[in-house]
Amino acid sequence: MSGTAGPVAIAVFIALFALISSLGFVAGRWRRGDLGQIHEWGLGGRRFGPLLTWFLLGGDLYTAYTFISLPALMYGTGGAGFFAVPYSIIVFPILFAFFPRLWAECAQGGYITAADMVAGLHRSRWLGLAIAVTGIVGTMPYIALQLVGLEAIFAGLGLQFGFTIGGHAVELPLLAAFGVMAAFTYNSGLRAPAMVAVVKDILIYATLIAAVVVIPAALGGYRAVFDAVAHSRLVIPPTPPGSLGPSFSYATLALGGALGLFLYPHALTGILSASSRDAIRRNAIAMPVYAFALALLLLLGFMALAAGVKGMPQFAAGFARFGDAYAVPALFIHMFPPWFVGVTFAAIAIGALVPGAIMSIAAANLFTRSIWRAFLRPGCSDAEECVVAKRASLGVKLGALGFVMIFPETSAVQLQLMGGIWINQTLPAVLLALYWRWLDPRALLAGWAAGIAAGTWMAAATGFKSSVYTLHLPGLAVPCYSAVSALLLNLMVAVLLSAALRARRAPAAPPATVGWAG
Amino acid sequence: MGETPGRRRRWANLLLVLPFVAVLWVPFYNRVEPRLFGIPFFYAYQLAWIWLGAGLTWIVYLLDRPGRER
Repeated sequence: MSGTAGPVAIAVFIALFALISSLGFVAGRWRRGDLGQIHEWGLGGRRFGPLLTWFLLGGDLYTAYTFISLPALMYGTGGAGFFAVPYSIIVFPILFAFFPRLWAECAQGGYITAADMVAGLHRSRWLGLAIAVTGIVGTMPYIALQLVGLEAIFAGLGLQFGFTIGGHAVELPLLAAFGVMAAFTYNSGLRAPAMVAVVKDILIYATLIAAVVVIPAALGGYRAVFDAVAHSRLVIPPTPPGSLGPSFSYATLALGGALGLFLYPHALTGILSASSRDAIRRNAIAMPVYAFALALLLLLGFMALAAGVKGMPQFAAGFARFGDAYAVPALFIHMFPPWFVGVTFAAIAIGALVPGAIMSIAAANLFTRSIWRAFLRPGCSDAEECVVAKRASLGVKLGALGFVMIFPETSAVQLQLMGGIWINQTLPAVLLALYWRWLDPRALLAGWAAGIAAGTWMAAATGFKSSVYTLHLPGLAVPCYSAVSALLLNLMVAVLLSAALRARRAPAAPPATVGWAG
Repeated sequence: MGETPGRRRRWANLLLVLPFVAVLWVPFYNRVEPRLFGIPFFYAYQLAWIWLGAGLTWIVYLLDRPGRER
């Protein structure tokens, strides 16, 4: 038995991959619009109905990195890694309650990103710049991690050949897959990942159904799967005296993740491309199907433990290179016939390209509206704007590619951890100010800066290894997700400073006109 | 939070708070027994709440439906 998947799997993989990615090129013709306009290229003309939005958001949020790293977390740490499930349980009520309003505001104002909307509503291009930069910086490592996921898949297939430039290995399969994604994004805009997502999700569901039926059956049932995990690791460790304990970390990780998820530019792009508020509300009801799939997926980590893939000599090289992230590829190679390994690996690989494409489009939209048009070329034409966006999407992708080739994988993971903390700091300006116009843009900017600084400091204090930082109150240790504690500080600064600014200036001008001239 | 919310809608929105309470208060479910079909309670409870949360959101949607479409 070999440690890689073999020729049958490779053939099936390449055939499926080519077929599905070619869909991306014809996608531009779907409900054809003028792809020289940024809202057509970068938001699919806001024409995606409930079903297509469902596929797009699913393809967008459940990425290759998700498929590989979250089960790896379960594999490595046990039940404490299950926080992605409560996270996805509460994220959809949040989506349902708050984001239709944001969609409506953007559709009315012609805004294509959150930063664009914030700059417009508050007449403050500096606040817009802060939101845009946060979004771009938070998205880049996410794209880089999709490439890491692709690398694990190619390694599992045994498709590894390339060359080295200046000591850095360049892998040709990665380069090829990447070129395909860049080309269809440039060509078709957001319509490409939307179309590809439909086929990709179908493959993913096939994979998951097979995995949760076939693998436990082969291992002796779910009870046997859970019995393979040490009893103490099945649940969250007990709370020590004088501390809120690991349960509190678990809850804040879920809460912070849920608050931040739809503030990520790629998630917002998915929402803004919907055709109506109703499409978003219906999606909030139907998205939990993905959450259930995600939960089953997490359990693959336990199945890998039960199957004992780590002890198998043929997988030693994979584990040595990718760590626990190799658990799921190894499990599939061990459990499935070669042709189906090809199908599952193709599903995961396409699962890297769809979000990668959406993320680069989202970052390009941010750059074009809130940096290029707001600061560099204020009077640029719509056509020029769209050309800049297309080129920016290429630039973002090349940046991510360069990043994974030059820096070790751990730095992408650490940056992504930071990204989650930073993105949460845009919540007051993007969401809260939408409902509470009383907040002053200068106060929001100050709160943002305080949150970013505090969040970064807390992450640095853990050596960028953990997103949980323990706050020491008198007599009580509070292990809290740094994104949440930094957000609390952010909110306090924004509210107190708004109050102070208003008190000084009262009686106030109408809220929409408050703020420094942009 | 919405535009001129009706009384029924405001009460219905409270249903959306339930999933938060249910899953963010970890001591509710941080135990192995009782198992459900061999699945420890910790996992069975959270798996069940995925569907309960979706169901509650759906109920709120149905109650809220008339008069707010665009």
